[in-house]
Amino acid sequence: MEVIRSQKRTPSNDTVSNPKIPLYLTAPQMEVRLEEFELFAVDRLRVLKGVSDGLARGRNPKEMDDLVDTLWKEHMRDPDASVMFNKDIISHFVLRLVYCRSDELKKWFLSMETALFRHRFRLQNFEAQRAIVGEFGLPYKAVTGAELEGLKERLGQVVRSLGQISPTVEAVYYKVPFEEVPDLVASRRVLIQKGYAFVAGSQLVSLVVTQFRSHISKALILTNRKWTTTIQEREKDRLTPIVEALSTSYLGPDYSQSTEYAEISLKDIDQVAKSSFPLCMRHLFEKVREDHHLKHGGRMQLGLFLKGVGLKLDDALAFWRAEFTKKVGSERFDKEYAYSIRHNYGKEGKRTDYTPYACQKIILSAPGAGDHHGCPYRHFSEDNLRAALGRMGLSSRGMEGVMDQVRNKHYQLACTMTFEAVYGTSCDAGINHPNQYFEESQKILKSKTPPAPV
Amino acid sequence: MHRKSLTQNQKIFSMFITSEFTTARNLFPYTDIHKWLSYGHDGKHPGCDEYYFGRREFSFTLENDVYLRYKSFKSVSSLEHAIKSCFPYKIDIGAVYSVDPDKRHAYSQTGTNVFTPVERELVFDIDITDYDDVRYCCSGADVCSKCWPLMTVAIKVIHTSLKEDFGFKHILWVFSGRRGVHCWVCDPKARRMTNEQRSAVAEYFRVYKGNENNARKVALMGYSLHPFLARSYVDFLKGFFEGELQANQSIFSTKDKYDKILEMISDEDIQSELREKWEKSANRSSLSEEAISLVRWDQLKNTLQSKKHKAPTLRMCVEEIVFTFAYPRIDLEVSKQMNHLLKAPFCVHPKTGPSRRVCVPIDPNNCDEFDPLAVPTLSQLIEEINSGGSKMDVDDDDDDDDTDTSILGKSIKFFRSSFLEPLLKSCKEEIESLYKTKIGKSKDSFSW
Repeated sequence: MEVIRSQKRTPSNDTVSNPKIPLYLTAPQMEVRLEEFELFAVDRLRVLKGVSDGLARGRNPKEMDDLVDTLWKEHMRDPDASVMFNKDIISHFVLRLVYCRSDELKKWFLSMETALFRHRFRLQNFEAQRAIVGEFGLPYKAVTGAELEGLKERLGQVVRSLGQISPTVEAVYYKVPFEEVPDLVASRRVLIQKGYAFVAGSQLVSLVVTQFRSHISKALILTNRKWTTTIQEREKDRLTPIVEALSTSYLGPDYSQSTEYAEISLKDIDQVAKSSFPLCMRHLFEKVREDHHLKHGGRMQLGLFLKGVGLKLDDALAFWRAEFTKKVGSERFDKEYAYSIRHNYGKEGKRTDYTPYACQKIILSAPGAGDHHGCPYRHFSEDNLRAALGRMGLSSRGMEGVMDQVRNKHYQLACTMTFEAVYGTSCDAGINHPNQYFEESQKILKSKTPPAPV
Repeated sequence: MHRKSLTQNQKIFSMFITSEFTTARNLFPYTDIHKWLSYGHDGKHPGCDEYYFGRREFSFTLENDVYLRYKSFKSVSSLEHAIKSCFPYKIDIGAVYSVDPDKRHAYSQTGTNVFTPVERELVFDIDITDYDDVRYCCSGADVCSKCWPLMTVAIKVIHTSLKEDFGFKHILWVFSGRRGVHCWVCDPKARRMTNEQRSAVAEYFRVYKGNENNARKVALMGYSLHPFLARSYVDFLKGFFEGELQANQSIFSTKDKYDKILEMISDEDIQSELREKWEKSANRSSLSEEAISLVRWDQLKNTLQSKKHKAPTLRMCVEEIVFTFAYPRIDLEVSKQMNHLLKAPFCVHPKTGPSRRVCVPIDPNNCDEFDPLAVPTLSQLIEEINSGGSKMDVDDDDDDDDTDTSILGKSIKFFRSSFLEPLLKSCKEEIESLYKTKIGKSKDSFSW
């Protein structure tokens, strides 16, 4: 791809045989105007940010399909189909440059591009989908005849296990190595036999998304190498400033550096936990005080949150030590726990300063026996959740609204409603990070100045 | 036992080491472990990668709790030498990396030669403490003949699935030394799985999603069980639950016990109906605890059968109860990442106690016969040596030796005949065929 200054663009040959969704397998051979370089990228970024918001709000797959359709039409459409297609490709490759430059950026870009691809794929008709599967050159074959007959009963069982009362075993199934469809395997949505998964036509999306994701992931590593070795220096007066500006413009704050608003000290911590912690962290905090212990998942979730809230490393060590030594003794604490607390603050090992978990990550976690982490709106039973909300001061009416959201699996909206009920104010942005909950809460509490004496 | 000359420090140190560790170090089957982890790369075939074993990470935990990671060894003798001079009381096996772990700092993180795991067995860890909420005979680190069968049924379910569903062939099950089992899947395909794929397999096996914050820890949705769960239920879980488990644990015999089960039924009316019935019959019955339990289980099943159309969550409530008690609970985190370390087979369990046991292999086709309380302990092995009993040279390569009737000898024989030999045969075939393909390709490049 060649970037040029304000000249007429030479027509591209790619319009001749283009599938509806490009796979971004190779960088395009075309010339791009400098203004378009930035503009196209910004438009695509708007789409990706919209996707990110949708996922954070717990939209179901159908809702995401509609959202992607709307976003794409709003930001990426052009009356000329070939222009639209070129914009798609150019914007993707520009954003690769922008988002290849750190692990955090790569992860975000990979997740959003994969989600975008997934939902654009789902919006295609079956023929177009099969064409795209073909483009990837995947080693799969259709199952027919006697083999299919022999599997019919169990395939029907799979369909029934997914909630369809009368199993419609589809006409077409593909036999693929189970490694190609990890998400279908993980959720037991396919029959597996002797290392092969039997994927229904309607499940093709899983197959391609895995391929897509794997390809983009590898590509980002190569792009990063090229960037650091040649491009960054060569383009320092032209493209590099644009690239660097683009990456900071659309990601939400990550709370790894706590603001001056939110520095807390050990002596305040109990009071602040009661007044400003979101339910997930309150629960963990209470359990630490009660059990003088937390398993690993809980230590990570609460520990990083406290860091984001402004608890200094020394205070953190003192806090955990005070609790844990009641159970395990001070020598064991130093040996087994102090290291990982320091690790979280970037003082050990590869010295990464770990960022507190956002809601999306917490909701997707899997607390098991003896764990207390995770999102209470998702992981608690109804009774336990009601009891916990009652302790936060919710009235029974407020609780119904929250429980309603929970039943519909809108866990973050449930937490937002809780916030609104507790502080008597509306939260339009919606909660998508526990540290955001804390900061908003602190803002409100600090702004409530005592009434002036008469 | 031949002891090399020790430095002054080592001599002092060794005075504090009990004879037990010495025995353990001398009984560790270095050659077999080396053969296993070399996967056929013994240098005898031109297609061998002679550096393969040297890229495997080992970790040692020394007696003063010093933890040494990223240890690697070029040969079996350097492995043996290191273990006999460091006196680790715990040895873990990690992944095979792109470069020798102990040379990892020599390679930059951003070039083409990055230090990263390239192969690692697919592993599972099942620990009986994760079942504490469903066993009444023991808790914590204890295990007995009444609760060990939970591990047996776990092995059967997972082993069958690994073979039938995933097509794996080279599977090693090992007693973890005190209260659980480890599983090592060693097929080449398994060793090359990515973290995402390992995670997928672990999630495929995951059914129990419980902790004290939720009451219904197994939620089976839909109108039928997935074929894997159905087979596990019919072939193993149902029979185990209604037979051995009920007999050992009497899970309905007291109010505390049956309340826990009633809470899994998501219908208040059914709960009350059964509760009332059982409270009434509490003192009147002359039946044994076991018999009472079975009667109540029947009553519960009948009630649920007649009422299951009331709500979707009741549809498979009976199965959910069985799964809650009997289905395997694996530690997901152990399986998901390639760089996760796992204790080596044939180690001695490091925790202190009167009888430290050896981590011996378990035959998955005969796991009903395995008794964790009959596993050789160090004291037994020492006695065997001292009484001048059978040959104790476990490092002996001679497979045909039938006179080795020592306690540990049987385990080693089993390891060799049912796991190591078939594995090495298949590895060598793969090395040979890959080599032939490579040669074939380069031959073509010369053709005009």
